[in-house]
Amino acid sequence: MPNPIEAAASATPRAVARRIRGLSDRTIAWLFVAPTIFLLLAINIFPLIWTVRLSFTNFAANKPNAEVKWVGLRNYIRILTDDGIWANMQTTAHFLLWTLFFQVVLGFTLAWLINRKFKGNDLLTTLIVLPMMLSPAVVGNFWTFLYQPQIGLVNYVVEVVTGTPASSFSMLGPGGLAKWSIVIVDTWMWTPFVMLICLAGLRSIPDYIYEAAEVDRASKWRQFWTLTVPMVLPFLMLAVLFRGIENFKMFDMVVLLTGGGPGNETLLASIDLKREAFEKWRTGYSSAYAIILFVTVFGLASIYVKALNKVKER
Amino acid sequence: MKTRLLAATAVAALAQAGAASAQSNELTLCWAAWDPANALVELSKDFETQSGIKMNFEFVPWPNFADRMLNELNSGGQLCDLLIGDSQWIGGGAENGHYLKLNEFFDANGISMDDFAPATVYAYSTWPKGTPNYYALPAMGDANGWFYRKDWFARPEIQADFKAKYGRDLAEPKTQQELLEIAQFFQGREIDGQKVYGASIFTERGSEGITMGATSSLYAFGFKYENTPGKYDMEGAVNSADAVAGLEFYKELYKTATPPGYDNAYMEQSLDAFKSGQVAMAMNWFAFFPGLYADPNTGGDKIDFFVNPGQKVQASTLGGQGISVVNYSDNIDGALQYIKWFAQPDVQKKWWSMGGYSCHKAVLDDPGFAASAPFAGDFLQAMAGVQDFWQEPAYASLLLAMQERLHNYVVADQGTAQEALDGLIKDWTEVFEDEGKL
Repeated sequence: MPNPIEAAASATPRAVARRIRGLSDRTIAWLFVAPTIFLLLAINIFPLIWTVRLSFTNFAANKPNAEVKWVGLRNYIRILTDDGIWANMQTTAHFLLWTLFFQVVLGFTLAWLINRKFKGNDLLTTLIVLPMMLSPAVVGNFWTFLYQPQIGLVNYVVEVVTGTPASSFSMLGPGGLAKWSIVIVDTWMWTPFVMLICLAGLRSIPDYIYEAAEVDRASKWRQFWTLTVPMVLPFLMLAVLFRGIENFKMFDMVVLLTGGGPGNETLLASIDLKREAFEKWRTGYSSAYAIILFVTVFGLASIYVKALNKVKER
Repeated sequence: MKTRLLAATAVAALAQAGAASAQSNELTLCWAAWDPANALVELSKDFETQSGIKMNFEFVPWPNFADRMLNELNSGGQLCDLLIGDSQWIGGGAENGHYLKLNEFFDANGISMDDFAPATVYAYSTWPKGTPNYYALPAMGDANGWFYRKDWFARPEIQADFKAKYGRDLAEPKTQQELLEIAQFFQGREIDGQKVYGASIFTERGSEGITMGATSSLYAFGFKYENTPGKYDMEGAVNSADAVAGLEFYKELYKTATPPGYDNAYMEQSLDAFKSGQVAMAMNWFAFFPGLYADPNTGGDKIDFFVNPGQKVQASTLGGQGISVVNYSDNIDGALQYIKWFAQPDVQKKWWSMGGYSCHKAVLDDPGFAASAPFAGDFLQAMAGVQDFWQEPAYASLLLAMQERLHNYVVADQGTAQEALDGLIKDWTEVFEDEGKL
């Protein structure tokens, strides 16, 4: 059997081989990495720097011929002193924290239950993960029907269970329920994702650890809190990181469900940003808005990743 | 080898020339996806036959229409040669160089704006407003109107109930107050074993819905955008006592006379509510009226139409569009040829007969026009009193601010009408300051 390295060397055209003969390993490594670095710079870093630059101007992308003025920190000051934007941030925080809370609790519980061996386990797992395979546009549309006061299933069930007339309240309308309605839909869709990651964590715990705990006469309750939870925690934290980043920029599903309404009750920061950037065409202002959101999510994610690493080191 | 190279080059050149020639024999017309657009496809077949130019169409659903088309224009896209854009886009289209100025073309081809209804020329074609600078040909006249269940109104027991309660006959409302009373009368009433509601109105948050709906009441109560046209002096006009009364009225209509869960509804939802027999009355654009009249379940002798009732002023919210030539088109000559063809009186007459709302005087001034359809007379009356939203280049910012303020007050129960309109002046002032107009 021929040596693969020799085979590769002999397959290299002579002209190329002659040219790279004098290059060091480091240079060759750079040659291979260079295209990726170039693409990263072109697609990620340059737009980021450009956005920072635009955020200090009054540039409007729909007026290419208009004079672009340097406005200093005006866009940042306007955003940070705008009560409406702080209200949107609070709405985003409400959505983020409650979806994470419910998804962690339900996702972990489902994973813990499904980790047991029983008949139909695989089928049940497949059924549970179905919602996360759907498009957010589809989910948004059919939950709009489910929430419809006159024909929707949700109001009907509430009427049957509590006796409250179905058409007397609107899950997506005024009355304070809309904020919770979007949390419910996101939880329904993404709890299976958290469950899958937790399930991977649970299945990575070797049986002998539980056997040793049994020998030490540790109760099931104690095994759960001192073995299961700590060993699944890094997985759970990873799931929270993924979902946190995703939900911070949540857009499509909420737009389809409520359009940010009623009023501004479900107007998440990402929806507001899109309106500023691509409907009002305030490019400079929205660049500043985007930078503030980026710094927020980047800062929070960095702190979180440090905490995650500490948990993993334990 | 040389021969092969020459042959290949010749083939490539021929192919390119063929492609270019095919391109110049095609036009793409962009519009919203709705009933009149389908009529225009049929109408344009005559143009294809006469000119030999193939027509392509790009129709976008209303909720995404503005987003999609304004992005296309702002990016200098070549998708559309002709665009039937909303009336409010005319300022931006003209000032940002998206639309071709048509004055010279009109003069050279004997197209006179005097041949079109003045309100439509003002609204759909001119920028700055009212000046003889034309960036579109009036293509589709439209206004927000009303339709109702004529068969329900005619029932003796309903008539009797209504008379007992209000002391007058149940008939098409003549004022906004009468409209509210009729809507409240039907709210929750049982008809043929089904619970029905008063009226379906516009409450949509995302695009322009609630603004288009609420202005129907605001204009009727006396709302104005400025004290002096062109001066942007909004204090006392936008938040006048009449404007506050109009907004409070619209909220009462929404709260007391619409179907449950009707908090984010626009054209489609209004049509659905009416066609499914849920509501006694509904507001919508005249453009939908031919389709509604032809509906086998709720059309024909079960439906009738009325113009938006006045209160202090007889006024209707303007819809409709002009047709513009996109400056970035690579077939401007073909696009102008289409405009010339479309402006002909015979084509305009056929346009009306197929379901499009012509703005040409040859159609509108015809003695038989008012009787040509059950809604034709109402259309004439509506167009005589239309009022439009700001048509400024920054119209999107102005519109989104109004959407937010109105939805917060009307649907989400935040603050008072006075606060909503005061806040609106603050938002609009900021926009005009950014635009350098204040």
